[in-house]
Amino acid sequence: MTRVIAEQDYTNIAQDLLTRAAKHGATASDVMVADGETLSVQVRMGAVDRLTKAREKRLGLRVFFGQRSASASTSDFSRESLERFVAETCALAQAVVEDPVSGLPEPGQFATDFPELNIHDSTKLQTDQQIDLALRAERAAFAADSRITNSEGGECDSSSGRIILANSHGFVGHYANSSFSLSVSPIASDAAGMQRDYWYGVNRAFAKLESPEAIGREATRRTVRKLGARKVSTCRVPVIFDPEVAGSLLSHLCSALSGYALYKGASFLIGQLGQQIAPDFVTIYDDGRMSGGLGTRPFDGEGLPTRKQAMVERGRLASYILDTYSGKKLGLPSTGNAARSIGESPSAGPTNFYMVPGTTSPEDILASVKQGLYVTDLIGFGINMVTGDYSRGASGFWIENGELAYPVEEITIAGNLKQMYANIETIGTDLVFRGRIASPTVKLAEMTLAGN
Amino acid sequence: MSNDESGALARFGVTNRAIEQALGRVKVSTVDYADLYFEYCQSESVSMEEGIVKRATKSVGQGVGVRATAGEKTGFAYSDELTPKDLNIAADTARYIANSAQGTAPVPITHRPALARNLYPHDRADIEVATCDRVTLLNAIDAEARRYDPRIKNVMAAYNTEYKVMLVATSDGLMVGDIQPLSRLQVTCIAEENGNRQVGTFGGGGRIGLEYFQNDQRYLQFAREAAREAILNLSAVDAPAGVMPVVLGGGWPGILLHEAIGHGLEADFNRKKTSAFSNLLGKKVASEVCTIVDDGTLPFRRGSLNVDDEGTPSSRTVLIERGVLRGYITDKLNARLMGIPLTGNGRRESYQSVVLPRMTNTFMLAGESDPKDIIKSVKKGLYAVSFGGGQVDITNGKFVFSASEAYLIEDGQITKPVKGATLIGSGPDILKQVSMVGHDLKLDEGIGTCGKEGQSVPVGVGLPTIRIDEITVGGTKA
Repeated sequence: MTRVIAEQDYTNIAQDLLTRAAKHGATASDVMVADGETLSVQVRMGAVDRLTKAREKRLGLRVFFGQRSASASTSDFSRESLERFVAETCALAQAVVEDPVSGLPEPGQFATDFPELNIHDSTKLQTDQQIDLALRAERAAFAADSRITNSEGGECDSSSGRIILANSHGFVGHYANSSFSLSVSPIASDAAGMQRDYWYGVNRAFAKLESPEAIGREATRRTVRKLGARKVSTCRVPVIFDPEVAGSLLSHLCSALSGYALYKGASFLIGQLGQQIAPDFVTIYDDGRMSGGLGTRPFDGEGLPTRKQAMVERGRLASYILDTYSGKKLGLPSTGNAARSIGESPSAGPTNFYMVPGTTSPEDILASVKQGLYVTDLIGFGINMVTGDYSRGASGFWIENGELAYPVEEITIAGNLKQMYANIETIGTDLVFRGRIASPTVKLAEMTLAGN
Repeated sequence: MSNDESGALARFGVTNRAIEQALGRVKVSTVDYADLYFEYCQSESVSMEEGIVKRATKSVGQGVGVRATAGEKTGFAYSDELTPKDLNIAADTARYIANSAQGTAPVPITHRPALARNLYPHDRADIEVATCDRVTLLNAIDAEARRYDPRIKNVMAAYNTEYKVMLVATSDGLMVGDIQPLSRLQVTCIAEENGNRQVGTFGGGGRIGLEYFQNDQRYLQFAREAAREAILNLSAVDAPAGVMPVVLGGGWPGILLHEAIGHGLEADFNRKKTSAFSNLLGKKVASEVCTIVDDGTLPFRRGSLNVDDEGTPSSRTVLIERGVLRGYITDKLNARLMGIPLTGNGRRESYQSVVLPRMTNTFMLAGESDPKDIIKSVKKGLYAVSFGGGQVDITNGKFVFSASEAYLIEDGQITKPVKGATLIGSGPDILKQVSMVGHDLKLDEGIGTCGKEGQSVPVGVGLPTIRIDEITVGGTKA
């Protein structure tokens, strides 16, 4: 775990694999190598609970024999193993049938500029430093309210990694990234029972991570306000999604816009390109080159340049999320959104995907609702991507005359995503990136709430 | 093929001496327990869509995870290199929590039990079956689903197979290995009629081989089931919203038990008193007709294990007996800290993850009611026979699970199919609402994967037909 292998060595391994694949008769191939190290510290009730440290590496090879293709991955980089690995991958490609659309992107399409994207911070945290941060966050959570009686713990993680991609068209690219995160999950209790929530910070730069005290306080604020939650009666009401859960509505949009879901007929947005899918004040971007973004990278999983593009522009569906393969299936060029797990063929996914903030403050959005639901948590998988039908477990707050009246739980909210996007009524001003997908507060005109 | 540990050792190219030394290095006096977990895993996936098998992927990986526990603390490190040097580095990292210099005396391996049984014997690993044999199956699935009904417009199927060799050596001097095969075949169909598009899925598998799918042309039945569900959903009406009686069919609807009570009975949450079930041992948490077990000893089942990932033989644990909470499922850390029996439920996704108490196959024992009478007993409610995923908030006990095939019950008769809807309830209360349990216990087809702390492990569930008097159904029709 102490051995550090230079980037050049990985590039050499990648080139070597491309050469070997060609010797086995492959007409084209690409190789992705990833390595990384992580240190994860979990504390609970003021003491270290779990400490995990690791360094790992993995390599993926994709080969084409004409239009037959297969992918494989291994963590064993020894010469003998790699020779067998190439042979087996090539053999696997013979087992599948020809797919007329398969292949690498055309030469000339690959990324040629690699700007500074601020996604790698070389800060190395000491174990004790991470323990201290996690302990401080948990301590701050306890200190913020006496109703915090227990804890699922605090966690501080740091990781860094490298990606190297090379293909038989001569593309070679690499980048490094890092991530630092801090979270705490306090438990509040009263006579009625226990409630848990959490809060977190995550950033590519250590210096930009929120303070453990701020994270602890916010975690407690979110937790204690859930105490005394009750059910409400079944009704149809306006629903406000807080930014954390509003992001999930964008995640579902990403799934529906994925070229793979579209060409398989497994998306409720088939044939909607260019159509109005939301009101004209809704604009959504995907930006693969946002400085310091958690989804930022100079090139995608096929080596194509990433970029900033409008996905929904004034309510009109402006783009799908495509890689080369799914683009060809739909008769469209790649949007530079190839996502790649090591050893898999590409899929299509977002980079930094966000809704442009509106002009109404979250407070004013709340004030606009006479009776309704403010959702802070959603659980379950009740989403049908083929039809858009949506039904999930929810908790949050009942809104009465523009104010949060009391916490609610054990209810569901249901509708259809297509209608839900069309029913967006107001967008908040409060956009903050805490992940690759981010949204401000969003108010929907009406949904069905099931309860008592 | 035998599941003996010596064969496994040879595969990893690790010597006894290296293991004993690494254990010695980590097991200092302030460390209560330490183990080394070696794993080799090979997996292969072939998938079919648009009538052709165009994707094949393969993955091989091996590594070692070294863990030390001291009091409530766990130190853990892993490596994908298995040299003595790498073992020692990992051992030193795991020992960090003990605040102690390295141990010097090797820990002798004294106990090498042969497996008492093999729950999943195989003549040859499924992974050794030629890829083209799996491709043949997938091609036939496409044809069968389209033959079922011309309204089936797209068929997708995937065959995943995994071959895992594990070997665990512990500071108690135990060394035990196992070979754990796992296969799954999943079919998805999309039906279309007048612009109305619907999906249906069906799948199954277990710790079995290709023959399982070939027997009685089971793979064709999977295709027909997926097609049937998609066609059925073409005529589905909006699901109702609100509290009503719900009848769950047998098999996979047992996901109710997994979410509503299973997670809540995992020992870690109860040791930390963060579960809605903490302090309910010996208390009534279900109606008397409910007896629920977790059983890792069922042959060939997806959730079954000869030994868990700490080398403890799997077992059958009674969780709820005639409505009374009887026990938790445990791993070594939590059993030791809580002073309760080891149940053989210490599981990990891979050498890269720590052991947690996890379910194996969780199901309710059969009751005495005739399933037909259970349906007949409902005046107005829902009959749900197939589900997607579920989720639970351990702390407040609220859980959800989402129906993918369900029908209205009107005056004791099953009438129209309804669109999928999420059901939501409270774990410690919901089983008190179970008033009838059918005599038709059925285990699921072998498709379940459980997620906890970011780790996925294969699990099974099972259920007879049951009647729940009141649960909230999250449809759109208020």
